Amino acid sequence: MTDLAKTMRPAGTAGVAFMRGLRSFALLRESGAGMVGVGLISFWVIIAILTPLIAPFDPNATLQPFAKPGTAYAQGGTFWLGTDQLGRDILSRIMWGSRTVLFYAPVATASAYLVGILMGLAAGYYRGRADTVLSFVANVILSFPVLVLYILVITTIGASGINIVIAITFASAPGIMRIVRGLVLDLRNRDYVAAAQTRGESSWYIMLVEILPNARGPLIVDACLRLGYVIITIGVLGFLGLGLPPPDPDWGGMINEARPLALAFPYMTVFPCIAISSLILGFNMLADGLREISLRD
Amino acid sequence: MTAPLLEIENLCISYFVRAGEIPAVVDFSLRMDAGESVGLVGESGCGKSTVAMAIMQYMGSNGGIVGGSIRFKGRELGDLSKSELRRIRGAEIAMIYQEPMAALNPSLTIGDQLVEVPMVHDGVSRGEASDRAIRLLADVKLPDPERVMDAYPHQISGGQQQRVVIAMALLSKPSLLLLDEPTTALDVTVEAGIVNLIAEISKKYGTAQLYISHNMGLILETCERVSVMYSGEVVEDGLAMDVFNRPRHPYTRGLFGCIPLPSCDKNARPLTPIRGQLPLPHERPQGCNFAPRCDYVREGLCDAGMIPLEATGEDGHDVRCVRWQDVSVENLEQTANIREPMDVGEEMLRVADLQKHYPVHDRSIAAMISGGGVRWVKANEALDFQARARETVAIVGESGCGKSTFAKVLMGLETATSGELDLDGKDIANTAVRDRSPAQLGSLQMVFQNPNETLNPSHTVGAQIERVIRKFGVESDRSKIRDKVMDLLDIVKLPADFYRRRPRQLSGGQKQRVGIARAFAGNPKVVVADEPISALDVSVAAAVTELLMDIQRDHGTTLLFISHDISTVRYLADRVVVMYLGRIMEQGTTDQVFAPPYHPYTEALLSAVPIADPNTEKREIVLEGNVPSALDPPKGCPFASRCQRKIGSLCDDQPPPQRQVAADHVIACHIELDDLREVEPVFRAVPKAAAE
Repeated sequence: MTDLAKTMRPAGTAGVAFMRGLRSFALLRESGAGMVGVGLISFWVIIAILTPLIAPFDPNATLQPFAKPGTAYAQGGTFWLGTDQLGRDILSRIMWGSRTVLFYAPVATASAYLVGILMGLAAGYYRGRADTVLSFVANVILSFPVLVLYILVITTIGASGINIVIAITFASAPGIMRIVRGLVLDLRNRDYVAAAQTRGESSWYIMLVEILPNARGPLIVDACLRLGYVIITIGVLGFLGLGLPPPDPDWGGMINEARPLALAFPYMTVFPCIAISSLILGFNMLADGLREISLRD
Repeated sequence: MTAPLLEIENLCISYFVRAGEIPAVVDFSLRMDAGESVGLVGESGCGKSTVAMAIMQYMGSNGGIVGGSIRFKGRELGDLSKSELRRIRGAEIAMIYQEPMAALNPSLTIGDQLVEVPMVHDGVSRGEASDRAIRLLADVKLPDPERVMDAYPHQISGGQQQRVVIAMALLSKPSLLLLDEPTTALDVTVEAGIVNLIAEISKKYGTAQLYISHNMGLILETCERVSVMYSGEVVEDGLAMDVFNRPRHPYTRGLFGCIPLPSCDKNARPLTPIRGQLPLPHERPQGCNFAPRCDYVREGLCDAGMIPLEATGEDGHDVRCVRWQDVSVENLEQTANIREPMDVGEEMLRVADLQKHYPVHDRSIAAMISGGGVRWVKANEALDFQARARETVAIVGESGCGKSTFAKVLMGLETATSGELDLDGKDIANTAVRDRSPAQLGSLQMVFQNPNETLNPSHTVGAQIERVIRKFGVESDRSKIRDKVMDLLDIVKLPADFYRRRPRQLSGGQKQRVGIARAFAGNPKVVVADEPISALDVSVAAAVTELLMDIQRDHGTTLLFISHDISTVRYLADRVVVMYLGRIMEQGTTDQVFAPPYHPYTEALLSAVPIADPNTEKREIVLEGNVPSALDPPKGCPFASRCQRKIGSLCDDQPPPQRQVAADHVIACHIELDDLREVEPVFRAVPKAAAE
């Protein structure tokens, strides 16, 4: 792999990559949907970063149960979004919860991509038996209802941050593999791949340096969409009690805990729901924007 | 004087994009009378298809006619309502596109698509419409029209599809037919048949034709008048004979210098490419658009302002050049580099009895029961030829003849079924590319066909050439590698700052140059060029051809030139191998192959190619039928099913003998050599005066 690392360099230095990123962003500014997406995502990222400084209360402290949004706290401060049945400030919990989501969602997505891309490259490039085996494995996993799959995985290996990543990787990688495989099946017939083959390049060099960079367009769009799904998944896992162990704040967990009281105290569920939807909406709109600019040139 | 059928005056068309207004066609005028055939010729991006779209009033949402008028039978097309236009489209003006498969709906039978035309336009019953359709299918010489009516488009060949499209266009008896590159996607021998058919049918129905093509030869053969377009403007128009015999505009003259006519010779009379490239529509210069590429340009005169079309005095012959009178007399010195012939060296590549068969698995239950599960596509059969050092050997044939399969076997992307393939004395027929030694890999490199695929869009030009140099260990020091890349860019005449560019910033010709630089970066002994210029425009192709020959000469490389374009092959090859359906039909030196005795297939191929030279007369041979499937080739001679000189059942039953004509010249044919020698040459030079 050291040889590989050396050969990857012609793909461009960090400076060039940065300039290219800047150019894509300039293009993205012309897409309205994309910019709304960027706005929503930036909003949550900034919140997550600043939470320790700006969160009004300790998220796990029991202060005053069933306070309505806007209630002033006797010892100073206001419960802008109210408190839950245990008396914890909902705004602070949502802010702290954003850190969980914005850490685990990208990590889980990246991990799923790593596995999915490697599987897809191998299946699409080698075809034949490798493809048959990998596609079979993928189909078996995809044929399971996703939720059952998550419950199965998490109950087997236990609920923890790392296990959420493993579960999501396990369930998403086959779908990513299928996308990558389809792209590779097309790209492997390009003349520049034949040129690399006639140069005697190794298979992994061809897959990673010649083919993969040209599949990046659709993959980046898909990654944004998938990030949204992963956020839903993390929410669902929290809701089912399979997310991060309590009492750490977790958006899905908050909705679950407030569920029995949802009719009497709707604000306890509505605000975490808005948090989840707005972040997912952000990623989906970013994906739309990226698709728009990728179609343009 | 009767009103013309179509009259276009001072038409201006622009596209509106984010960057602003881009003029696509400027000041375009054209007059067509009923039954006339007019050619519109130019390179890609010159606006010729936009004109056709404007006549049909099919401008996309971002295109618009910004000036001038289009009158059809005296009516201004721009003023017509949508429903009136619908009546005219298809019924009075019909269009034939380049890709027949894209013009036909794959999920409807051909019959369904054909009967629709008279049913909609003439309101006839289905039965009547079906009768008309069958009659017209017979007119376009499709065998068994009833069967074709029930077929789906994918069940018939490309040539047959184009015949169906022509039939569809003619069904409502239009008075004007727009043909946008109607035969570009077809093989030459099929093209010849379609061209004849269009001429014949148009005569029969009295249809006027507007031929749009990049192929000057085709235009000369089909049209009475011609307009030459460059960068959105007509630069020259007139009677085809006048324009071809006495081109006035420097661009038209330049184009003729780019076409490998039979009178060209790679050593004594090489092609003279036009320098530079087509300006982008929003970067057109002031005044004459051609000025930056023109050898006759005068500052202050050519860039002064808009240049009008000027009459030359000949019948309807106009030219858009302020200096056309000087251009006609001023004979610039031949700037082309005349080369010394090269002597060939020792044998470099030997192909002996090479075979490549592909298995086709039939997994149906019936096939499993009968045991016929695997059939074989015989892509290469008994190939036998040699190539020597510094020699250019061309492999020529139409699509499906196995020439690209051979390239794959040679490069090691596939392994041979049997036979030998000796490169520099070592058999590599069964050595796949991953088992070849670095030296073997380095000595055999390839130039690819499609400029858009030959370079990896994700990496810079410099990085892609560097990789080859490093891989083959030509240089190992970083700065030396960079110097070598710069050298190579210089050799292929690209500026040094292309080092940092990405392929999408390059034009097709420039990409192809980088592809050539990359192939020669490892100092190969043999370079395989698989249709390297077939996707390029005429003037660009000429430049790339010359470049390829120069660099081959400097490196002393053996060049294996694979092509379907027999004119280019005749121009640059030392020896020619003619293939058909996986077999070699004829091989010999270029002079031997292009003069009698010919193999009947070579003869037909030569005759099928349109020649852009009014002083060359050629014998017309039109082949019937299609190339048989390689899954089920004829038992005897592969060409027997279409041969114009077939001598009887012998051709069907027995493989032809290899007849040795001269030391290097072999023809595989049942006809006796003496009879083949009797055959007249396909081309005959006619004196200039007689041509008019």
